[in-house]
Amino acid sequence: MALFDQYGSLMAGYRGLSSREFNPFDIAFDAILSPTEAILRGRKILLLGTNNYLGLTHDPAVTAAAIEATRQLGSGTTGSRIANGSYAGHRDLERALAAFYQRRHAMVFTTGYQANLGILSAIAGKGDHLILDADSHASIYDGARLGLAEVTRFRHNDPDDLARRLGRLADLPGDKIVVVEGIYSMLGDTAPLREFAEVKRAYHAVLVVDEAHSLGVLGETGRGLAEAAGVEADVDCIVGTFSKSLGGVGGFCVSDLEGFEVLRVTSRPYMFTASLPPTVIAATTAALQVLRSRPELRQRLTEHAKRLYRGLAGLGFELGPEPNPIVSAIMPNPEAAFALWTRLLEAGLYTNVSLPPATPKGLALLRSSVSAAHSREQVDAAIAMFAEAGRAVGLIAPARTSSAGGAL
Amino acid sequence: MSDSADPIRDAVYRALRASVDSDVALNDKTNIRAELGLTSVAIMDFVFEIEDELDLSIPLDRIAEVETVGDLVATIRALEREG
Ligand SMILES: Cc1ncc(COP(=O)(O)O)c(C=O)c1O
Repeated sequence: MALFDQYGSLMAGYRGLSSREFNPFDIAFDAILSPTEAILRGRKILLLGTNNYLGLTHDPAVTAAAIEATRQLGSGTTGSRIANGSYAGHRDLERALAAFYQRRHAMVFTTGYQANLGILSAIAGKGDHLILDADSHASIYDGARLGLAEVTRFRHNDPDDLARRLGRLADLPGDKIVVVEGIYSMLGDTAPLREFAEVKRAYHAVLVVDEAHSLGVLGETGRGLAEAAGVEADVDCIVGTFSKSLGGVGGFCVSDLEGFEVLRVTSRPYMFTASLPPTVIAATTAALQVLRSRPELRQRLTEHAKRLYRGLAGLGFELGPEPNPIVSAIMPNPEAAFALWTRLLEAGLYTNVSLPPATPKGLALLRSSVSAAHSREQVDAAIAMFAEAGRAVGLIAPARTSSAGGAL
Repeated sequence: MSDSADPIRDAVYRALRASVDSDVALNDKTNIRAELGLTSVAIMDFVFEIEDELDLSIPLDRIAEVETVGDLVATIRALEREG
């Protein structure tokens, strides 16, 4: 069969991974005990690689709402939002999101991925220009490709480069739509959003911010980077997901743009897929309530993030530029990432291996993320396991006093 | 090459040389992915250098169609003509 020949080299790599005892891309937990612990092959392990930032997957109010909704409304909607799949709960969740963000419009999508597909493919039409940050998530690239706009990218987190590119387009007709993220999922860095907002204003562009990893994480009330940077008025659309800090699945977009509601009958990723089941809608609505009413979760998350970041930096790991809940150690090559990941797992710690093309600049990463549900002791235990494993595989210097670069 | 008075070709070759091993021979027929081993992301990244030098933006769908070094030169020429 020639069908998969195009993936020749990838296949070889994948087979190589499959033959290992643990394959980072094919691991299945036997049980999830809590937001921070799971059972893997009969052993309890500490989770340091989820997106469960606030630990809400197991919040009693959230799970109770999910169970109750399933009992009352059934297991699924069996249809799309524009047919039989819109229930009062979908509408109420949209209202709750709009109220939270203080925006007029909110649309809920079946996944965060689809929210980007649905928004980017529909707001930018033929003759318009989408300008993406180079490190954008796959869903942003795919959403851009699904539409008819011309797509270019600018250097990651570089407002001057964005300005140059908008300058080239200045005399051309069509809307200019800039897309950036709040916290970037691979290195945990944030966008210089104040500067982007300035550029956006200067060139009369539309600004879309994907706050997938920053909702509930940044900002005075948890609305994300736009809130933290004080530029919400300059952000025309905020896209987000329910699958991280809200502990469920699904995506959304909030906006004050005039005419936004027309997307409900033009955005194909919104129209032509089944709506979220009642259990997810109810759980997410409850989770949003918890996110709003318990700011202490965000505080704890931030403390843990700094603790892990300082701990790993102190061991000599080269990390992303900012202490956010995503803490990625930059590995010299994929092999080193696999080796450290495996050693950590054997020690009882689950993290993530991230490789190109998901990562920027061809980097191999050992990615961790903390949760408000972690205890300080768990974070310290994780750092200790990094110390042991990092030395065992020769990535960091043996002496505990080392703060300089690793041995490789 | 520098006296070829062909800034587009010069920019493409210069950017490519900076992104691949220096001992690889380059000509217009060189396949950027298969022969130079550049991934889609790496290609988009080295295109930044060309864009800066020539002060133009190359849309992603046009980059995706490029197979050889010559294709890239032709794409940029076409864009300048359209521009
Ligand atoms: C920046 C960004 N946008 C969108 C998504 C997609 O969200 P989801 O996984 O909920 O579909 C993700 C994560 O997967 C992401 O990191």
